[in-house]
Amino acid sequence: MTLLDFAKGPALWAAISVFIIGVLWRLVGIALLHYHTDLSAPRHRLYLTGLRLPLTRSWPRKEFVGATGVFEAIGYTFHICWFVPLFFFLPHLLFFDDIVKGLIGFDLTDLTGFGWPFLSAALIGLFSAISIGCLLLVLAHRLINPVKRRLSNFDDFFSWFITIAPLLTGVAATAHVGARYETLLAVHVLSIDLLLLWFPFGKLIHAITLMGIRGITGALLERKGATL
Amino acid sequence: MTAPAPRYDVEGVLSDEQRAAAATNAFVRDFGPVAALYLDSCIHCGMCAEACHFYEVTKDPKYTPVLKVEPLKQAYKREYGPFALFFRLFGLKRRVTAAELEQWQELLYDSCTLCGRCSLICPVGIDIASLIAETRYGMAAAGLVPHELWQAAEAAATGSPSGLDAETFRQRIAALEAEHHVVVPVDKPTAKIFATVSDTDLLHYPASIVAMAKLLNHLGCDWTLSSTAFDATNAGVVAGRADVEQAVSRRLIQAALDCEADIMLLPECGHAYGSLRWRGATAYGEELPFRILHITEFLAEQVTSGRLHFRPLNTSVTFHDPCQVARRGGVIEAPRIVLAALGAELREMFPTKGMNWCCGGGGGVVNIQRADKLRHRVFELKREQIDATEADLALTSCSGCRRTFDDAQAHLHWETSLRSLLELAAEHLPEAPA
Repeated sequence: MTLLDFAKGPALWAAISVFIIGVLWRLVGIALLHYHTDLSAPRHRLYLTGLRLPLTRSWPRKEFVGATGVFEAIGYTFHICWFVPLFFFLPHLLFFDDIVKGLIGFDLTDLTGFGWPFLSAALIGLFSAISIGCLLLVLAHRLINPVKRRLSNFDDFFSWFITIAPLLTGVAATAHVGARYETLLAVHVLSIDLLLLWFPFGKLIHAITLMGIRGITGALLERKGATL
Repeated sequence: MTAPAPRYDVEGVLSDEQRAAAATNAFVRDFGPVAALYLDSCIHCGMCAEACHFYEVTKDPKYTPVLKVEPLKQAYKREYGPFALFFRLFGLKRRVTAAELEQWQELLYDSCTLCGRCSLICPVGIDIASLIAETRYGMAAAGLVPHELWQAAEAAATGSPSGLDAETFRQRIAALEAEHHVVVPVDKPTAKIFATVSDTDLLHYPASIVAMAKLLNHLGCDWTLSSTAFDATNAGVVAGRADVEQAVSRRLIQAALDCEADIMLLPECGHAYGSLRWRGATAYGEELPFRILHITEFLAEQVTSGRLHFRPLNTSVTFHDPCQVARRGGVIEAPRIVLAALGAELREMFPTKGMNWCCGGGGGVVNIQRADKLRHRVFELKREQIDATEADLALTSCSGCRRTFDDAQAHLHWETSLRSLLELAAEHLPEAPA
C-alpha cells in the first residue's frame, strides 16, 4: 500500500468515522444536559423573532465596527476563500464523486442530470492564496495582539495549523513543488484526515454550532425584549 | 493562561481543597446545554474586550470578558463536558484550584458589572455576561466573594442588605410620611399593587419612596408596602449567593401572593428588576399570577393609557439607561415615553439605549471599596458621554447608578448630578407645587 493509498483509504475512513462519531458525541452530550424551564412571563409572545440574530450578528453593530470590522472582514474572507477550493476545484469534485459512489453505489450526477460547477485552477489558486494570506494575518494578530495572546491556548494554534495545512499542501500538490506529485497529494489528503480527526475535539466545532448559538441567544434575549 | 495579580477576600473556614471542590460542584451543578454550547464554541477572538468599559479604559487584556469565565470553562471541560473523561485521563485540563479562584476574584467582581455589553459584540453569539454570573455562583460556594458583597448577602437573606428589620422600616416610613405629608400604606392585608423599595433608596434616596407614594396616590391606586418583604434589592444576585437570591425572591413573591396583588411594582433598581422580573418565577418554582413591573414601565403604561399627565418640564435632558433594566431587561422605550410626556427635550448620548456604556458600579462593584480607583477611571467614559450632550439634566431609573454617579461626581469634582426620573415625574404632577 502506497502512502497515497493509505491516506485516501483507511486513514480517510478512520478520520471520517472519528469526525462523525466525535461531533455526534459532543453535540448529543451537550443536548442531554439538564435544561431549566424559564417560568417568567415573556415580554413578547413572538420571541422567536430573536432568531434573526444569526443574520444580524453576521456583521458588527455600528458602535463596534471600528474596533472589530477589519478582523471580521478578514475572517469572512479566509472562510470563503477556504471553502471555494474545497467545493469548486474539479479534482475535489471527482474525489467527492468517488466517495459518494462508494457509499451509495451510483453517481449522483446520473440521478440529478446536472453536475456541480467548478472553477479554473488559476482561480482556485488565487482563492487559496488569499485564504493563506488571511490566515497568516490572523496568526500574526493572535501573536501580537495582547488580548488574543492572553486568551490563546494549544487549541487555537493547532486549529490554525490544521486549517492552513490543507491549503498549503493543496497548492504545493497542484504546483508540483517540493516532491513527487503522488507524495504531495498523499500529504494533502493526510492533512485533510488530520483536520477531520481534530474537528470534534477543538474550537473548530464552532463551524457547526455558531448559527445555532446565535439563534438560541437571540430567542432568549428577545423573550425579555433585551438588546440583541 | 497567565494569572492576574492576587487581590481577594476569603469567607468561611473551608480548606483550599474544600473551596476548590465547592466551586467546581457549584459550577457544574446547574450546568445547562446553553452554557455548555457557549463554552464549547468560543473561538478566542478577543472581540469582547472591545465592548467592555474596564478594557476600554485600561487596555489591560486581563479585563477581557471571556477570560473571566476561565475557571468555569476549566471545570466544565474537565468534570462535566462530553469529553471530560479524556481531559481527565490524559491530564489535558487541570483541576480548578483555590489559588486560581482567589486570583480570579478581582476579575469576576471588581471589574465586571454584569452589564452585558460584551454579549452584544461576540460574533459567535455567546451571552458572556450570563456565564460570568454563573461563575460568580461557584465563587460564592467557595466563600471567595468580596466581603462587602458577602455581608450584604448575609443580611439580605433575612431582611435587607443593610440590615434593616421590619420595625426600623415601619419607623422610617412613618418619618417620611410625617416629613413629606404623604400617605404610605404598609402591611395592608390585600392590595392591587404590591410595591417594593430598594435598600439604596431607604439609605440614600428616600425622596424616591416619597415620589412613588405621591404618584400612586395621585393615580388613586390600591397599593401597599410590606414591612416583612419590602426590599427588592437582591444582594444574592451580585454576590453569587444562589441561596440568598432564591430566599429574597421567594419572600417577596409570597408576600405579593398573600396580598392578592395584580402587580408587583419594583423600584428604580437594576438588579432588583433582573432578579424578580426575569428570574423570580423560576426561583419561586411556578408561573406567577401577577405582573412584575419596573416603576418606569408602570408610569409609561399610565401615560400611554391617558391616566397620567405632567406639568411641562421645559428643559433639555439626557437619559442614562441602566444595564439590567434596559440592555438586559428590555425596558428601553418606557423612560422615553415618560420623558416625552414631561415635555423634555431628550438629547440621547452616543451610544445610547441598549448599547449605552455602563456607569461602572453595577454588579455590586460600587460597594467594593478596593475597586474604587478602577471604577473612577471607568466612569470617565460616562462623564464624556453626558458632557457631550450638553443637556441641562442627567436622569436615570436606577438607584445603584445614582450612587455610582454621586460617588464619582464627588471624586471627579464634576458639576453634573444624576437625578431620578421617578422623582422628577412626581415633582411635575399637576397638583404638585411648582
